[in-house]
Amino acid sequence: MQVTMTVNGDEVTRDVEPRLLLVHFVRDHLGLTGTHWGCDTSNCGACVLWMDGEPVKSCTVLAAMAHGRTLRTVEDLDRGGELDPVQQGFMQCHGLQCGFCTPGMLMTARHLLDDVPDPSELQIREAISGQICRCTGYENIVHAVRWAAEHPGGSAGADADAMSESSPATAGQADSDQEVPA
Amino acid sequence: MQTPAPFDYERAGSVDEALALLERHGPEARLVAGGHSLLPMMKLRLARPDVLIDINDLADLSYIRLDGSQIAIGAMTRHAELLDSSLLAEHYAVFRDAERVIADPIVRNRGTIGGSFCQGDPAEDLAAVGAALRADLVVRSAAATRTVPAREFHTGPYETAVGDAEILTEVRVPVRPGSGSAYEKVERRAGDWAIAAAGAFVTLEGDTVGDVGIGLTAVGAPHFCAPDAEEALRGRAATDESLAAAARIAADGCNPSADQRGPADYKRHLAQELTFRALRRSVARARGEGS
Repeated sequence: MQVTMTVNGDEVTRDVEPRLLLVHFVRDHLGLTGTHWGCDTSNCGACVLWMDGEPVKSCTVLAAMAHGRTLRTVEDLDRGGELDPVQQGFMQCHGLQCGFCTPGMLMTARHLLDDVPDPSELQIREAISGQICRCTGYENIVHAVRWAAEHPGGSAGADADAMSESSPATAGQADSDQEVPA
Repeated sequence: MQTPAPFDYERAGSVDEALALLERHGPEARLVAGGHSLLPMMKLRLARPDVLIDINDLADLSYIRLDGSQIAIGAMTRHAELLDSSLLAEHYAVFRDAERVIADPIVRNRGTIGGSFCQGDPAEDLAAVGAALRADLVVRSAAATRTVPAREFHTGPYETAVGDAEILTEVRVPVRPGSGSAYEKVERRAGDWAIAAAGAFVTLEGDTVGDVGIGLTAVGAPHFCAPDAEEALRGRAATDESLAAAARIAADGCNPSADQRGPADYKRHLAQELTFRALRRSVARARGEGS
C-alpha cells in the first residue's frame, strides 16, 4: 500500500507493507536513523518521535497509521543549524553516556518544555517515566532538561556558569572549563 | 525483530464506515484504536487478524461531556485526555487516580478508553473503574444501538459482549452528587500492569454509607466487582471497622492466579488492603477531606 505523510516538513510517499512498523519505516525507508529501535515492546522509549505534535512510541504504531499525518523526528530538533536548548542541555550536563536513549529523551523533553516551560524535577521524571536509560543516567538527564528550561534561547557564552548552577555533581568540571581561554 | 503476521489495512472515516468494513471482512477483522495492546499481541503472534480497521480518524468519538445526569465519554478518548479532564476530576477522582498509573505518559497519548474496555485484559485498570462506578457501555451495530452494563461487558479474559460487527462508541457514568471515589494500585515498577488494584466510590448520608461501588483489578474478581462487599457496607456507619469488614468480603470473593507478579495469597492480601484504602479515601473525599 502507498503511504504519504509529512516528515520534518517534507512530504514523503512510499510503498509499504501494512505490517511495517513506523520505527522501521522512518529508519529503513527514510534513512532517518536518529530514531532508535530498542525494546520493540513500547517499554523503553528509544523510538519516541512526534506524530501530529504528540510524542508516540513508534515501535507500536504502524507506518500505515501515520498516513496523512505529520511526523517530527530528532533530526528536526535543531533550529537553523543551532542545536535546540535541550540538545545543548544534554551536552552541558552530561545527559548521555552511550546515547542510545537520547533521541527519545530529547523528543520527550522538547514536548514537555513546549507545554510546561518551567517544569519541576518531579514533572520531568514523570514525563520520562516511560523511557529507559540503561546507563541509569537519569540524574543528569533531569539536570539537562532543567538546563534547557533555564536557557529557553539556548546559550553561547554562559554555558559554564549555568552548568555549575544546574549540575552540582559536575561543578568541578565546569570550573576547569572556565580556565580554558575562550 | 517482532513483526506481525501479514494483514490488510483499512481506515474508517466514520462509525458507519467502520461498521460496514466489519460487515464486509467478517470475524477475522479487528478494529485498532491506540494499538498499544493489539499491536504487541500481533507482534507476538498471539493475535492474527486478517484485516485491521484503523478508527483513529473517528474524532467525533473523542469527548468527555456532561449529558443530563450522566458523564458521557467517547470511546476514542485517549488516556491523556481522561487524565487531564477537569470534568472527570470534579465528579470522579477515581479516573485521575487510575489514569496516573496506567502505562506511561507517552503510551497514554495513544491508548483509548474504548480500547481498554474492548481489549478485556484481566489486569486492565479501567475495567475495574467502570465496574465500580456501574458504568454503561454503548455498543452500535449497523442495525441498532444497545447499552451493556460494565458488569456484564466482560465475558472472560480478553472476551467482551461486543459482537463481530459491532463497535463500542461511548462509556456513560451516572453523576452521583456528593460522592467520593478513589483508585489504589500496587505495581512492580512505574507504568507496569497491576499486581492488584481496587477502585471505589461512596456516597454518604450523614455518617452512614448510602451507596457504594467496588471494582477490583487483576485478582480474578468475577466481572471486576465485589457485590457482596457492597451489600454489606450499604447502610452501615462509614467507620474504618465497617470498611475493613467490607474489604475482607471483597478479598474473599477474589480468585487470584499466581504468576510472575506474585503468589495468590499475596494478591488476595493486596485486594483486601487496597479495597480498604480505596474505600477509606472515597469516604474522606465524600466528606470533602483529603486530596
